[in-house]
Amino acid sequence: MRYVFQLLIIICFSFAGEILHSTLPLPLPASIYGIILLYAALELKLVKVHQIREVSTTLIMAMPVMFVPPAVGLLKTWKNIQDTWSQYLLITVLSTFVVIAAAGWMTQGVIRWKEKSHTKSQDNGN
Amino acid sequence: MATEFLTDSVYMAVLLTIGTYGIGTWLRKKTGWTLMNPLLVSIVLTIAFLYITDIPYESYSRGTDIIKYMLTPATICLAVPLYEQIDQLKRNVHAVTMGIAAGVLASMLSILALVVIMGLGHVSYVTLLPKSITTAIGMDLSNELGGNVPITIITIVITGITGNIFAERFLKLIRVNHPIAKGIAIGAASHVIGTSKAMEMGQTEGAMSSLSIVTSGILTVITASVFASLA
Repeated sequence: MRYVFQLLIIICFSFAGEILHSTLPLPLPASIYGIILLYAALELKLVKVHQIREVSTTLIMAMPVMFVPPAVGLLKTWKNIQDTWSQYLLITVLSTFVVIAAAGWMTQGVIRWKEKSHTKSQDNGN
Repeated sequence: MATEFLTDSVYMAVLLTIGTYGIGTWLRKKTGWTLMNPLLVSIVLTIAFLYITDIPYESYSRGTDIIKYMLTPATICLAVPLYEQIDQLKRNVHAVTMGIAAGVLASMLSILALVVIMGLGHVSYVTLLPKSITTAIGMDLSNELGGNVPITIITIVITGITGNIFAERFLKLIRVNHPIAKGIAIGAASHVIGTSKAMEMGQTEGAMSSLSIVTSGILTVITASVFASLA
């Protein structure tokens, strides 16, 4: 019964996300509205993590299985990319390295810069 | 006769999906290879099975509706790990937000540049745009933008596997050695599949990586509609 209640809470947020998706003019999927609403509810302590813990953990762990059916749609759409698949692959791999470098350098740069300005302000204090 | 029965069967599609995923998990355990990603194995085996048995895709798709219905609730549950890690974000708010923003921008700009260089069209462009974010959010986004959803999913999985295999060595090569920076880079580039590698590297790397999955996913959704109009 406890798990049914947990599922009920999660489905309520899915439904609320669906409503926002169909009423607001933003191009956001229902799932994003749902994440934002559930996050807000957790912050405001309207929902406690322990009230949804088991079912949410199970759903997150089972998520990869849910990607199989839409990906199998490749059977239908393959003819659209059979001439260009190697370009897709190249773009996919190259841009992955670009993102790793950009995010890594930026994060490390800001951390270093903060540390430096922090020690500098301490030096001035002495 | 057999094909007819399987086409009409209520449970065949679900059994096939979960069964092949189970085989993938088993293969991964046995071999330890990242390439034996259960999701990738399951997709390949399912396609092969449908192709060999001549079962129409439509009847498989109908049969798996129940699995697809659970995707939105499951994605919404990502709010829970985000909520639990938000303190990590607050402690390094500038570095983390700047890093994730740089990653999201770099992803879209590099895809835009490469698509233009290779002369691919708008549909290819919006199909590729969500490739660095987690599948749950990425397939929704591809759908909203008018992309080719199955191909988006495949590119997301390949991106994840690329990050999982090469990120550690590549980060060393480009001299990124701060654990927070390593975690953010892996999460922003290669979502959940990369994060499993980040968790092996260390606790800080893992937490930062999983934090940037949801954050970069949301940021990508917000900025992608602007980028989608560029090519």
